[in-house]
Formats: sequence, structure tokens, C-alpha cells
Amino acid sequence: MDHEAVTQESLLDRLRPHVPWGLTTPREERGRAIILVTVGALLDVLGAARDRLGLDMLVDLTAWDRLPASPRFEVVYLLGRAGSADRLTVKVQADGEPPRLPTATGLYRAAAFAEREVYDMFGVVFDGHPDLRRILMPDDWEGHPLRRDYSLSEEPVEFHGHTPRVPSAIIPYFPPGSGSGSGGAAPPGAGSGAAE
Amino acid sequence: MSDVRVTRVERSPARGPNHAGGEVLTLNVGPQHPGTHGVLRVVVDLEGEIIRRAAPEIGYLHTGIEKEMEARTYLQNVTLVDRIEYLASYNEEMAFYQAVERLLGVEPPPRARAIRILMCELNRIGSHLMFLAAGTLDVNVTSVFMYAMTDRERYLDLSEMLSGQRMMPGYFRPGGVAQDLPDGFVAAARAFLNDLPGRLDEYGRLLNDNLIWRERLEGTAPLSREDAIALGATGPVLRGSGVAHDCRKVLPYGGYEDYDFDVPVRGEGDAYARYLVRMEEMRQSRRIALQILDRLPDGPIIVDDRKIALPPRAELARSMEAVIHQFKLVSEGIHPPAGDSYVATESPRGEKGYFVVSDGSNRPVRVHVRAPSFYNLQTLPAMLVGRPLSDLVVAIASLDIVLGDIDR
Amino acid sequence: MGVIRSERDVERNVLTTTVDRVLNWARAGSVWPVQFGLACCAIEMIASAASRFDIARYGSELFRASPRQADLMIVAGRVSQKMAPVLRHIYDQMLEPKWVIAMGDCASTGGLYNNYAVVQGVDKVVHVDVYIAGCPPRPEALLHGLGLLQDLIARGATAGQR
Repeated sequence: MDHEAVTQESLLDRLRPHVPWGLTTPREERGRAIILVTVGALLDVLGAARDRLGLDMLVDLTAWDRLPASPRFEVVYLLGRAGSADRLTVKVQADGEPPRLPTATGLYRAAAFAEREVYDMFGVVFDGHPDLRRILMPDDWEGHPLRRDYSLSEEPVEFHGHTPRVPSAIIPYFPPGSGSGSGGAAPPGAGSGAAE
Repeated sequence: MSDVRVTRVERSPARGPNHAGGEVLTLNVGPQHPGTHGVLRVVVDLEGEIIRRAAPEIGYLHTGIEKEMEARTYLQNVTLVDRIEYLASYNEEMAFYQAVERLLGVEPPPRARAIRILMCELNRIGSHLMFLAAGTLDVNVTSVFMYAMTDRERYLDLSEMLSGQRMMPGYFRPGGVAQDLPDGFVAAARAFLNDLPGRLDEYGRLLNDNLIWRERLEGTAPLSREDAIALGATGPVLRGSGVAHDCRKVLPYGGYEDYDFDVPVRGEGDAYARYLVRMEEMRQSRRIALQILDRLPDGPIIVDDRKIALPPRAELARSMEAVIHQFKLVSEGIHPPAGDSYVATESPRGEKGYFVVSDGSNRPVRVHVRAPSFYNLQTLPAMLVGRPLSDLVVAIASLDIVLGDIDR
Repeated sequence: MGVIRSERDVERNVLTTTVDRVLNWARAGSVWPVQFGLACCAIEMIASAASRFDIARYGSELFRASPRQADLMIVAGRVSQKMAPVLRHIYDQMLEPKWVIAMGDCASTGGLYNNYAVVQGVDKVVHVDVYIAGCPPRPEALLHGLGLLQDLIARGATAGQR
């Protein structure tokens, strides 16, 4: 674990001369080199990571919805180097309706499917993507399922005379105050039937 | 399902069917198709027998697992996690709980780490046997299908002995594993592993010198090293194209650094290379498993922290505190500190990692599964363009995709 | 050569029955499923077709790839929203008499998943004759379900479409 921290730190140091450092927020977390960039600096950072640091693999591209925090969506790129332990996490936060980001497919061909999935699940539009359409949901689906305000759409079991609560209303959500956590928002609809 | 649409590009009156400049036929393969290893749809443009374009269409098994996981506690999520890459459930649980434990900042005790790696490697053997069974069934070497499924049954018996379930064990817990190895498990595992090299040699005899197998697989579905890296392939697909990248060696996790094993890599990049990589991986998994069985440490099988692991049942009769801990853990669950984590693990199909975001509450805010089959599938067009249609089935078989992993 | 000289010889050597019973016996004894494995249950279905559990001894010698050549659709796995029309299409392509086994919890009721993506039970799309519980059901459970279906078929209770 220790040698991992050293390599990751030196990764950020090696990246510094090649990117607009003022537009980035780098940090070290549990052995991972993480850099938070602005939308404008995204392609520069990804390009520098690929060309200068040799991070030729796009390991993962995903996003999450930070509702009610703003900017709402955080898109996470995990870059790596084949055969090596070098890993860099690039995060970018986007807002808007729809949020727009430049496509990474020009730099990493592996982003093709992954950006389609982020578009399908979150509605993030990647400008310049060769084929941006839904990949997991049917083509005519409305809404972006993994957004926090999209309900799980559970079907309650039907009985004669009464409708019981759906599972996610029964499984308890305990906000951070009740345990050892700190900060964070309740998922939409969680408070109603769940809090004990 | 074979819907056929013909697009006339140019009339070619007196040429053979493969002559460039003929009609382009759009053929729909799947989602219900014996050769697609699940509900995968591939839209293929054919010129004669040559594939000009192959576009995979997925989403026919989309289950909304990632969203379901946001509505469950970290313990309840083990049941959902099992069903993602259903052929490698122990590896899934390992990947998920590695990420959760990274957030919690705990490490399971040595015995738990050893048991986890043992089950992951046995699962790798079971999964590769399934690859062998399904792959040979696609090429119609039905006898190897039967033999491989019989050997896989022995692995499933081990899984059942340990966790009660053949598939979907739900055996790992945050901080360790749920139960200790039962009596007779070590002996049964040793018996399975001792018989394995003989079985693998037999498969070698049946396949490696088999003219039809060699003809169908050698040179088929080639994937160059550059394409493999650029398209995000990992696992045997990447290692069959000459890249020595295995998360167990390069980014060791969970205790893998304590065991000796090699990582097979082959340079040819065709389906035969991937098959050979998987055969050798089974032998290496056996090597790891035998090392674990030889020096299995004693001790607890779950971490000692009462905020994470249930107290032993004997304690419940003696201690009120234990009862309270039990109640809180079962009804409320664990509270990993806020933040996100990702740990890269090696599943039989490639790099599997869970990106877990926690806000400090008892349910994850976001769980994203880095699915190896999702990225491996992107290499399908690169493998198939310019190749005859018969390569399609072999290419999909050699990718060894699991649609549950792709669609989640 | 045996010679039939008396009533008793006729009783011992000749079986009399109705055409329906013979047809139902033949149908029950050779139910050929269509390959419709969707997810994890498909792996247990494949295991039931392999040597240890051997569904062939129950008559299901071959899993046909084409629905037009099959009588049984074993829906093995979760049915997503995108797959439901495909499932109905395959079911419609099967010829009468046809039967459906919903294998596993997901095919029976949506199973573990109750969300936007999974159809809560394949009986919302097609008529189901036998439900098999389990996640995944053991191959023995599938064989038991197949046995129940064969009893239904032999009794003529499900000879065709409702």
C-alpha cells in the first residue's frame, strides 16, 4: 500500500507541467491519485495523461448524481497503464439540462460504450461522440434511470383491500447523524416510510 | 431470429459472392440465438460471407442492479452483487467488499483473506470450465461440453458445501466471511484439485490436436495489442494479445502478494491464444489454491470490530452490548465514512472493480460496476471486420462474455 | 411368433386406448425446449442438460435454436423491458401445442428485482404453465417442474392455447 501511495503522488507531480494546473484540484486519497478538473480542461488533462504519462488504458468511465449538491453530476474517468500500477482518477463536475461534456472517444476508443451508458443512465451529453444513443434501455425510453430523482419504480404486490409498502420504503435509510458518518443527502423518497 | 435486409450497393453480374462491390446484406443475430452466450444482439453487415460491420446491441438483460444497490444496505447488497457476473460470484463479492473495506479502512484477518482467495481461485476454475463447455458447444465438440460440465459440478459441490448454494453464494461479509470452512471441505477441495491436471490434460488431448478445433480457432478473431489496449479489454482477451496485465500481479489486493503464481500471456491475439491462456490460468489457479490449502492460517474469519461484524452467537447470551451491536448491525448496517473508493480485482473475464460512493449513511449513494465484459465486447468489431461470418460465433465464445455483467 | 387365440391373449398383447391419450403420451414424452436462457438460471438449465442431471432422459433430448421446432419455452432468467417484446415474438413463433415454464424467481415474479427495468413475472407477457421457484433453482427442481408439466400434458390439461 505504501509504495502505491508513492507512485500515485509522483504521477500527479509528473502531470503538473503538462496541464493547466489552475483548472485542477489534485489530491491523494487512500492511495489513489485523484484530480478534479473543469470541463474546459478535461480533454487537455486526458490527453496529457495519455501522451505524457503513458496512461494508455481507459479503465472505467462512470458518473454519479450528487443531488442536491451542485454541480449535480460528477463524471469519473479512471485511467491506467497496461502492465503497470499507474492509475489516475480524473473527475469532472457538470451541471445543466442536459449537462454537456466533450467526448473522450478521440483519445480513448474504449469510451464509446461507456459514454453511451452515462448518457443513457444520467442524460449527460458528450459532444462529438460518433453514436450517442441509448445502450441499456429501450430506444424510446423516457427519463434517465440512475438519476437520484428518478424513482426505482417498484411495483407493489397487489392484495385485496390493501396495498403494502414497496421494499425500498421498508428497508431503512439511516442518515449519517445516526451512526458514524458525516454529511450527505437522503435519497429522494427515502425519508417517508423508512426512518425509525 | 434472423431478420434480413438487403441494401443494393452495386450490381455485379458475373462475379463470385465474395467479390467486393456486391450487395450488402444486413443480418440480425440474436438476441435469442444459441451462439451469443446470452441475450446479445449483433447487427452484421455482410458482403457475401465477409463481415463488413458488426455492431453489438446490448441492454436485453438490463436489470437496474446499480440502482437497486442504492436502496439496500451494504450487507443486503451481497445478494445483488452475486447475480451480476453470475459465473464468478465469489470474485464479485470479493471486488465489492474490497471497495467497501477500503472505505471502512479495515482488513479482514489472515484466515478470512486466505479463504476468500481460495474461493476466488476455485471460482476462476469453475468459470473457465464453463467457458470450455460453452465454447466447445458452440464449435460442436459436444463431448468436451459434457466433460467440462461434469468437472464444473465438482466445483459446484464445493461451493454448496461451503455456502449452501451452488451459485450465488452470498458468503462474504464486510470484514471477512460468513462462516468457517466446514469439516471435510479441505479434503474435498484437495481431491478436486488433485484430479484437475489429469482432466486438463485430457482436454488438451481432445482439443489441441483436434483438426477442427485448431482450424476454427487459430487465426480467428484476431485482436492486435494496440486495439486491445485502446478498446479497454482486460483479462484473457488482453493477455491473449500479448499484454502482461493481471490485477492480481500488477495491483495486488486481498493477500495475493503472498502466493506464487504465473500469469500466462500469449502473443498471437487469436481465439486459440485466448483459449490457451484460460487453460493455463486454470493450472495457475490450482497452484494458488493448493498453496492456500497447505498453509491455511488459523484464527477468526471476520474482523473483530463490533461496528462492522456481527458478534459470535455465544456472546449474545452473555452480553447486552453484543445484543445491541447485533440489533444495530442487522437492522441498520454498517456506516462507511463518506467518500468514494475503487479497488481493481481480477475476475475470470478481466478487471472488475466497484466504484462505491458513500455519504456516511448505511446505504451506498452510488455503486458502479466496472464490468470487464462490457469493455471486452467493444473489441468485437475489431476482431470481425473483414472475416467470414463463421468467425462470429467463435469470436463471441472466445471473449467469454457474461451478459449479466454487460447489462447489469 | 405369438398367436392370438383367445380373449386373454388379446388382453396381454394388445393395448387399446384413445387417440388423444396416445397423442398426449407422445407429446409429454418428447418435450423439446427452445433455447431461451436469459441469465443465471440459464446456467443451471445448461447444467440440467449436462451429464449429471441429464434432461434428455426425460425426453428433452435437444434444445432447439429455432422456436418453430420447439414445444416448450423455459424462460430461464430475468426478463428486462427491452427483452419482453422479443420474448413475446419468440413465443408467437412457436407452433401449437406449446407450453411455458417460468424457471426461477425472476421469471415467475420478478424475483429479487422490483424496479423500472425488470418485468415482474413473465406471466405478464405469455401464459405460463409451470412456475419453478429458486434463485437459481437447482437442476433437480427444473426436472421436477418438467415432470409436473409432463403430467399436465399427459392428462391433456394443457393441450394448446387458452
